Amino acid sequence: MTAAEIIKKTFTKEKLHRFVFGSKEKEGAGKQLVVYGLLICIGFVYLYPILYMFSYSFMNRDDLLDSSVKWIPSTLYLQNYIDAAKSMDFWSSLLKGIVIAGLPTLCNVVICMLVGYGFARFEFKGKKILMALLIFSYILPSQVTMIPTYVLYNDTGILGTIWAFVLPALFGNGLNAPIFILIFYQFFRQVPKVLIEAAQIDGAGYFRSFVRIAVPSAGPAILTVFLFSFVWYWNESYLTELYVQGLTTKSIWNNLVVQLKNFDMSFNTLASVGDTATSLNESVRMAATALSILPLLIMYFFLQKHFVESIDRTGITGE
Amino acid sequence: MSREKRVKHAKVRLGKLEKREARAGFLFVLPWIIGVILFMLYPLCQSFYYMWFNIRITPLGTKFIYVGTGNFTQIWLENPEFPQQIVTYLWQTIVEVPIIVVFALMIAMMLNGKIRCKGFFRLIFFLPVIIVSGPVMNMLVGEGAATIPAMNVQSIVAALDSFLPGSLASSIGEIFSNMIMILWYSGVQILIFLSALQKIDSALYEAAKIDGGSQWECFWKITLPTIKPMIMLNAVYSVIFLSSNEQNSLINMIESAMFSGTKEKGYGYASAMAWMYSVIVALIVLLFFLLLGSKKDIYDRQVKRHKREMKKEARTAKRIERRGTRNAKKIERARKKRSYRTYDGSGDY
Repeated sequence: MTAAEIIKKTFTKEKLHRFVFGSKEKEGAGKQLVVYGLLICIGFVYLYPILYMFSYSFMNRDDLLDSSVKWIPSTLYLQNYIDAAKSMDFWSSLLKGIVIAGLPTLCNVVICMLVGYGFARFEFKGKKILMALLIFSYILPSQVTMIPTYVLYNDTGILGTIWAFVLPALFGNGLNAPIFILIFYQFFRQVPKVLIEAAQIDGAGYFRSFVRIAVPSAGPAILTVFLFSFVWYWNESYLTELYVQGLTTKSIWNNLVVQLKNFDMSFNTLASVGDTATSLNESVRMAATALSILPLLIMYFFLQKHFVESIDRTGITGE
Repeated sequence: MSREKRVKHAKVRLGKLEKREARAGFLFVLPWIIGVILFMLYPLCQSFYYMWFNIRITPLGTKFIYVGTGNFTQIWLENPEFPQQIVTYLWQTIVEVPIIVVFALMIAMMLNGKIRCKGFFRLIFFLPVIIVSGPVMNMLVGEGAATIPAMNVQSIVAALDSFLPGSLASSIGEIFSNMIMILWYSGVQILIFLSALQKIDSALYEAAKIDGGSQWECFWKITLPTIKPMIMLNAVYSVIFLSSNEQNSLINMIESAMFSGTKEKGYGYASAMAWMYSVIVALIVLLFFLLLGSKKDIYDRQVKRHKREMKKEARTAKRIERRGTRNAKKIERARKKRSYRTYDGSGDY
């Protein structure tokens, strides 16, 4: 037998086909290659803006003008960050932002849990209508209720205070509250009813059985709602600017995202005083963007497992 | 008869425990009901009221001047920007939502397969959800971080322009130039699809494999019908997300109209704008609802047809029975009268 024959025998057409396209039991190498290739390509496209942002934020003016510098800055230039932080009033905005996102989130978690439990556990008249109203309130764009709400807040004097976010959240109408109510609703429906009935036979009232049995079992759902609510409140610049800051009154409340929105203006006023070492250019802007998303990025890297697994465990997709 | 009635009545009336439970449930939901009335229904009615007025804020207080449909005619006839933006928004949403949903489904299918570093890929694809916010997006788009330089957008737009109507071509061009942003919007959708895919019973696939079904067939006959409700959920979510996103220039227009100091604009004008905008959003949601809504599959239809036939048969049988008894009665009567004659004249047959 010659070598050519051996090769011919071992590498038959079927074997090659099976190797590339796989059989019924095993996925082929070709298919896997395509899947990995696609995932890596799309992953790169996903990360591209973030990479671009970080790379530009470290460039000084010479690097920006130099066409040979594309991705990696020639020196680690931190002045952009220092100037951007000064212009955005970083530490105070960060703290305010945490308060603005944190307090309504806490209210959201508690109230949505109560309401979701009420919907999941009890049968009462008009429940179907209320559920329909819940979904309707999600679909309704907030712009249509925005103007009278603004007038209402203005008349009651809570415009430009943190109450403009906390109060709706206390009454279960915070940002994206319908989604959270539905998450809790789905979750509590999966908790066996027998467990709660057993507690009631042992003498626990409705509220007590809720606190003692339903709440401790709702850990994953609470975490999910907490994380999403926090992130969404953090990223909401439109309503924060309108209600909490007060577009015309300009109270002290603002967060990093609102600061970023008005970045060009605030930077220019700062530069005109001569407090900055750089002029307004794309790398300063990118540094400001990086600063405004940095807290969430750090949070994400610590809690990413919970974020990614959250929707699985809460069963939002329904059974 | 009366006893039966009483029993029926007792069934409808709630027992003491049930009554108490209903009250407790109502108490649990009560904060939300108050909130909905206070922060949704009341403002909704009020903005409906506002849109027929021209509202001016003077130092002496707010002045309401009834203008009827004046605000609408002003928006449509004298503001050149609004109708144009509405059309652009409409096209963009209708084109973008399917892209987002299909893309999310593709990624979810790939992540659901047997691959290594699953956690890492999930991490990447979910990252945008964390950082996506109006100003950040504006910054990134403004600095050109949202387009890949290798993609030549200009030539694509020029090619499209030659055989599509102008507004459609420009919105598709915009989609190409903001491709990354559109992909960024699909983080939550990927997660929802992923968890839905994981819940499909693997026995179904095994059974299909034994019957000789290929993966392609499995996708169309098992995966897609099972996750159909999720497709609708994701489509609606995408529409809502796109419509309340700060990248959307319409909501910024409403805001600027609200605070503009000119005579004809103001709260009333902005309310009219907001109402028209939400009607459009509702129409888009309805469109996807109708397109993806739960059409019954073939099996359901067969069961229904079978049931209908059964009913028909039962009706026919009843009719025959009824006719039989009627005829029997007739014969009986005739026999009593003795006017019925049989062949032999004896009277019984």
